[in-house]
Amino acid sequence: MEDSCGEGSCTQSQSCTTVRSRKPCMDTEKYREKGCSKKPETRRAARVSSTDTQGFNGTSSEKRLCKRENQLRSDSDHTPLCPLLSVAALSLCTRFYRITEPPHVCWDETHFGKMGSYYINRTFFFDVHPPLGKMLIGLAGYLTGYDGTFPFIKPGDKYEHHNYWGMRGFCAVLGSCLPPFAFLVVLELSHSTPAALITASLLIFDTGFITLSQYILLDPILMFFIMGAVLSMVRFNRQRLRPFSWSWWLWLLLTGVNLSGSLGVKFVGLFIILLVGINTAWDLWRLLGDLHLSLVDFMKHLIARIFSLIMLPLFLYTTIFAVHFVILNRSGPGDGFFSSAFQSRLIGNNLHSASMPEYLAYGSIITLKNLRIAGGYLHSHWHLYPEGVGAHQQQVTAYLHKDNNNLWLVKRPNSDDFTELIRHGDIIRLEHKETTRNLHSHLHEAPLTKKHLQVTGYGINGTGDPNDLWQVEVCGGKKGDPVKVLRSKVRFLHRSTGCVLYSSGKTLPKWGWEQVEVTCSPYLKETPNSQWNIEDHINPKLPNISLHVLKPSFLEILLESHIVMIRGNSGLKPKDNEVNSKPWHWPINYQGLRFSGVNETEYRVYLLGNPVIWWLNLFSLGLFVVMVSLCSVALQRGAKLEGTRKAHCQVLMEGGGLLFLGWLLHYLPFYTMGRILYYHHYFPAMLFSSMLTGISLDTFLQNADLLFSPAISKRILRGGQIVLLVGILYSFYLFHPLSYGMSGPLAHDPTSSMAGLRWLDSWEF
Amino acid sequence: MQGVKLPVTVKCEINVLLIAVTVLGLLTRLYGIQFPTSVVFDEVYYGQFVSLYMKRVFFIDESGPPLGHMILALGGYLGDFDGNFVWNRIGAEYTSNVPVWTLRLIPALCGSLCVPLGYLLMVELGYSHFTALGASLLLLMENSLIVQSRFMLLESVLIFFLLLAVVSYLRFHKAPKSSLWRWLWLFLSGASCAFAVGVKYMGLFTYLLLLGLAAVHTWHVIGDKTLSNGKVLVQVVVRFLVLVVMPAVLYLGFFYVHLILLYRSGPHDQMMSSAFQASLEGGLSRITQGQPLEVAFGSQVTLRSASSKPLPCWLHSHKANYPIRYENGRGSSHQQQVTCYPFKDVNNWWIIKDPSRQSLVVSSPPRPVRHGDIIQLLHGMTSRFLNTHDVAAPMSPHSQEVSGYIDFNVSMPAQNLWRVDITNRESDRDVWKTILSEVRLIHVNTSAVLKLSGASLPDWGFRQLEVVGDKIYKGYQQSGVWNVEEHRYGRSHEQKERELELKSPTHDDISRNLTFMAKFIELQWKMLTVRNEESEHKYSSLPLEWITMDTNIAYWLHPSSNAQIHLIGNSVIWTLANLALFVYVLLFLTYLLRRRRKIEDIPEACWEQLVLAGVVCSGGWIVNYLPFFLMEKTLFLYHYLPALTFQILQIPVVVEHLYTHVLRSPSQQKAFGGVILAALCSVYFCYRTFSPLTYGKPELTSEELAALRWRESWDILFRKR
Repeated sequence: MEDSCGEGSCTQSQSCTTVRSRKPCMDTEKYREKGCSKKPETRRAARVSSTDTQGFNGTSSEKRLCKRENQLRSDSDHTPLCPLLSVAALSLCTRFYRITEPPHVCWDETHFGKMGSYYINRTFFFDVHPPLGKMLIGLAGYLTGYDGTFPFIKPGDKYEHHNYWGMRGFCAVLGSCLPPFAFLVVLELSHSTPAALITASLLIFDTGFITLSQYILLDPILMFFIMGAVLSMVRFNRQRLRPFSWSWWLWLLLTGVNLSGSLGVKFVGLFIILLVGINTAWDLWRLLGDLHLSLVDFMKHLIARIFSLIMLPLFLYTTIFAVHFVILNRSGPGDGFFSSAFQSRLIGNNLHSASMPEYLAYGSIITLKNLRIAGGYLHSHWHLYPEGVGAHQQQVTAYLHKDNNNLWLVKRPNSDDFTELIRHGDIIRLEHKETTRNLHSHLHEAPLTKKHLQVTGYGINGTGDPNDLWQVEVCGGKKGDPVKVLRSKVRFLHRSTGCVLYSSGKTLPKWGWEQVEVTCSPYLKETPNSQWNIEDHINPKLPNISLHVLKPSFLEILLESHIVMIRGNSGLKPKDNEVNSKPWHWPINYQGLRFSGVNETEYRVYLLGNPVIWWLNLFSLGLFVVMVSLCSVALQRGAKLEGTRKAHCQVLMEGGGLLFLGWLLHYLPFYTMGRILYYHHYFPAMLFSSMLTGISLDTFLQNADLLFSPAISKRILRGGQIVLLVGILYSFYLFHPLSYGMSGPLAHDPTSSMAGLRWLDSWEF
Repeated sequence: MQGVKLPVTVKCEINVLLIAVTVLGLLTRLYGIQFPTSVVFDEVYYGQFVSLYMKRVFFIDESGPPLGHMILALGGYLGDFDGNFVWNRIGAEYTSNVPVWTLRLIPALCGSLCVPLGYLLMVELGYSHFTALGASLLLLMENSLIVQSRFMLLESVLIFFLLLAVVSYLRFHKAPKSSLWRWLWLFLSGASCAFAVGVKYMGLFTYLLLLGLAAVHTWHVIGDKTLSNGKVLVQVVVRFLVLVVMPAVLYLGFFYVHLILLYRSGPHDQMMSSAFQASLEGGLSRITQGQPLEVAFGSQVTLRSASSKPLPCWLHSHKANYPIRYENGRGSSHQQQVTCYPFKDVNNWWIIKDPSRQSLVVSSPPRPVRHGDIIQLLHGMTSRFLNTHDVAAPMSPHSQEVSGYIDFNVSMPAQNLWRVDITNRESDRDVWKTILSEVRLIHVNTSAVLKLSGASLPDWGFRQLEVVGDKIYKGYQQSGVWNVEEHRYGRSHEQKERELELKSPTHDDISRNLTFMAKFIELQWKMLTVRNEESEHKYSSLPLEWITMDTNIAYWLHPSSNAQIHLIGNSVIWTLANLALFVYVLLFLTYLLRRRRKIEDIPEACWEQLVLAGVVCSGGWIVNYLPFFLMEKTLFLYHYLPALTFQILQIPVVVEHLYTHVLRSPSQQKAFGGVILAALCSVYFCYRTFSPLTYGKPELTSEELAALRWRESWDILFRKR
């Protein structure tokens, strides 16, 4: 009977690839489910009981079990092809429909498109995310004939003749993989095609997912890898009875590959790593408790996992960075974020293959770069501090660009003897090259950081006072160490007040030309703000040596770029006066993001989830928690559950539990993040939530017979499924302009096409 | 004879031990606490709140819930402190009216009682009295706990409640199922949890740990098939009530008492809403009492922005126009500036005018303004209408400029009609009420919303805050909501009279009260969201430095000699605690993995005991330590003390386990006993060595001080002679 049903649905499959014939196909699906619902369920129960007893059976029964399991597996391997294909076809259609619209830069395309171009042009840039996503975008652009010349200056710029569809299409392809993947995952976890179809239709018809998949963004790539990892993980879990078979290895390695992919796109990938880690630990714990497994075998399992889930991803991840550094070998806009040593790698940077004296000596002319991320060069100019801001003396600031006013002359106090090297502990005077003022500090409060002292330029042409004396200190050095150019971290301690030269990172007002404040801090903790390195170094008396020898190793570059990325991430602080997205906004679909257009005349795209789907998901989360609590309390109280009920419990607690954990891991951490948050950060969690909805709604409908008679409950089951499908389709019909573009009046206007659909005041379309 | 004697002696022994450690605890913590008679470290911070309690003046402190401050204030109350002391400098000598002894008494008592609580905790965990004695001795000789207990600080109070909560919960858990007394222990546990959270938010994490433990135990009760469903239900509900509902109610109670005690207005008033301020005696209520409730056409009002970011302020205008051109070359309307001004001023008064009439006085009977009505707002002193138009605002060019308009200027038409939108209305014909109504003013021509942009104007705008008309206003934003704070019915027809009227104070008498819940929610929300500016501090440290005690805090230095008090822990104990934690984790993992392979090294009961002890001690350490890594506030070494307390309790647990279960042969046990004795001796030695820095006496010479600097990173002060 099962087979004939399968056949029946497959014959349908020829005619159900187009969008319009979706409904008949779904109906057959229902029919099939209804017709053969009894058999698969009992089978599921049998499968559950067999796995239950498996731990206690001896080796003699193992074979028999395996055989039975294999037979069961071959049945459940029978992935329903027709639904899967239609899911794939539908998701491709929804994602590719009007993909080239609007023909201008939307939202973050301005960043990621630009970064894709950088890869094509091989110019170095800085971004807070790891490089894989942007590399893939660049590759997709390259392969489809985009030449990297479009500047991506700001959202709204017209693409004109530039080939942008390739990059968008690439993202859309990856985005279209999400529904089929989710379908397979849910099928794997629940063995119920309706559950999988519910999930798939939630994802296919969600306006948020469609919008997010249609543009040049990192999110579709990230979510592709996340879903890939989940799928390989659940597939791998199923292979547990055939350890070390080729399919076991395949799914294990695929999991590892996907993990490195997701981490390589965004650091959010850490959450899926955590999920896989927990799943693996649980699996190993189970294996350890299996006393039939010798310790040697257990070690094999352990090592296989360490290799595929730790070593392999780590290797791939570093490879991604290696490729990144090899490709980007030209100086570009990202230079300033990195240390001097790092810059020396880049063709076109003035530190590249520069040669200069290696050790600092009296009489050297130098520039000093602050070691804070994006710290500027110590700078001064003829302008004075205004009245009322400390002493009325010459300004000293930190400046991010290269300029002659960054040059300082190192002098011995009260003498012009220019021969010796400068060593840790020496007292020096720093004279500004252009204005011949000395770097000076005194007991006046600094302009912005009131607890610090003001730093000024004072004295002229070599005259000065004792407040111009600074003691050189090499961090981690001891007395007598020479000061290395580029490599040494140097602090300058003010001789008379004991404070340390410090760059606070605060921007000075107009009078200071919006450069960065430099102060003298009385707190002597070692922070990058108070550490400087010597970047340019001119001293005709000393031999120049080539800086090639000073180039940092790959591991150092890797470490530095990670530190810069992490600091850059935590530096993205929300601004006080902006309305920020808060994590609690997300599940309730409180507010979306404007992708394109603000005014009535413009073509508008608004990233907002289909509210019906999102609120259904929210409801299902609650439903799931209630059902699982009931289930587990019942089991804990020792209630006797019959076959199917027990199977449903198991699906809820294991499959549902895994997805719920995934949702938690992808959602809760955002509450602890200090960085600025956006609505689209919720989408990975939303994937898990949608899959969970499939399982919990399906289980809920199937258990209607707890309250009603079998006949009615069957009707409820079918009715529920139809209502769900119709609801999702109708809401998609209502809200599809959000993704595919709206123009004309805004929704609060009764003549608008979206009139009456602005259900929450906070939606901005 | 012996059969009679033995139980008596045994009983006495326990009591004597417990009493002995209690007495020792009291001695070490209470001995000479009135020394030094000057402000020590954070006393300067907590002291100001004690003073405010004594004076019944309202304040907000974002550092923690009010119970802690109230407990400290209780000390002031016992000593008849009048609150007259200026808490502005560490090291300032106390005047004679400050009851130093009673102020420091309560924290010291709490600190002393931690010592016997450590003892009891070990006993409740099922360990021997020897172990318990060891635990209490370690707590006794921990210098950092002593220092923190001897001053008007809150950590010792927090630790006391944490330990009490755990001990009483374990009592409850171990008590025979039939006894009714056990519920009393549960009750005490719930109450102490509430007290701990009420003293410092950090208590929350231990409370969660305890809830987790209780949840697991309850889960076992649910799984107990010998109990009937009804009994299980009762058990679950009672536990839930006592451990979850009751602490929440108690927490509310702290705020209730706090608000009852503090009924006078004070320096922090302005952070609160007008309605809240009106409930305080003396502050805003002095001005607003008896104002007419319903805003009518002809009313004279001040409009306060509901947003207090960046500052609480009032809608304001003054005789200065926008500059014709801004620095960046953009043009303005060159009409009168409208700003938001953070101080009370006669220029904050506006008159509500009916566009269809000329009258500027309230008719009789007054015609109230309702939701949806169209009004004009006339600036009282300069007679300009509040106006907005399609000119970019000075600092926020995406929004419209708001100006004061008078009909001299023919080039620009008046656009001065505003619709009143009461956001917290109950019906669509609600009347605009003083203080209570939150109102949006929506511009009729452009549907822009009058809003505080958050930016400040440059010098030409006297650095006041910018007010704009926001056309793309979305959702509910506090910055777009205003309320009437001061209000009176206008009576003067002439401009001169009106100016006089505006300058005179408002009068009349009615009082309006907020409900307690409304006040609580506002206060709690303010406490959680108000952030002091990130301040650097000489002694601030990072959580990682705490484990190894790489940092210290100088609490006090004698004004003329080298006598000083430092927060420095007992290095031996800190090392032992780290070691114990490490050994415990090792033991736990070994047993766990071996048990999974069905190799049982220790009996089941022993394993369960070990796990429970680990949950309490290591778990307590984790929940009191790790959260600091996520915090962005300025951190100090004393934040580690609750975690340290739990970590110290891990030492005797590990020692007893090693002694009884790992070392099998008597000779090994004897040797280990020797090691323990030696360790205790070195703990005592370390305690003695550092006690001059703990108690501030006796004074040490510079050489002796230098010898005490065991770590390079410690900051010990030397007076230059």
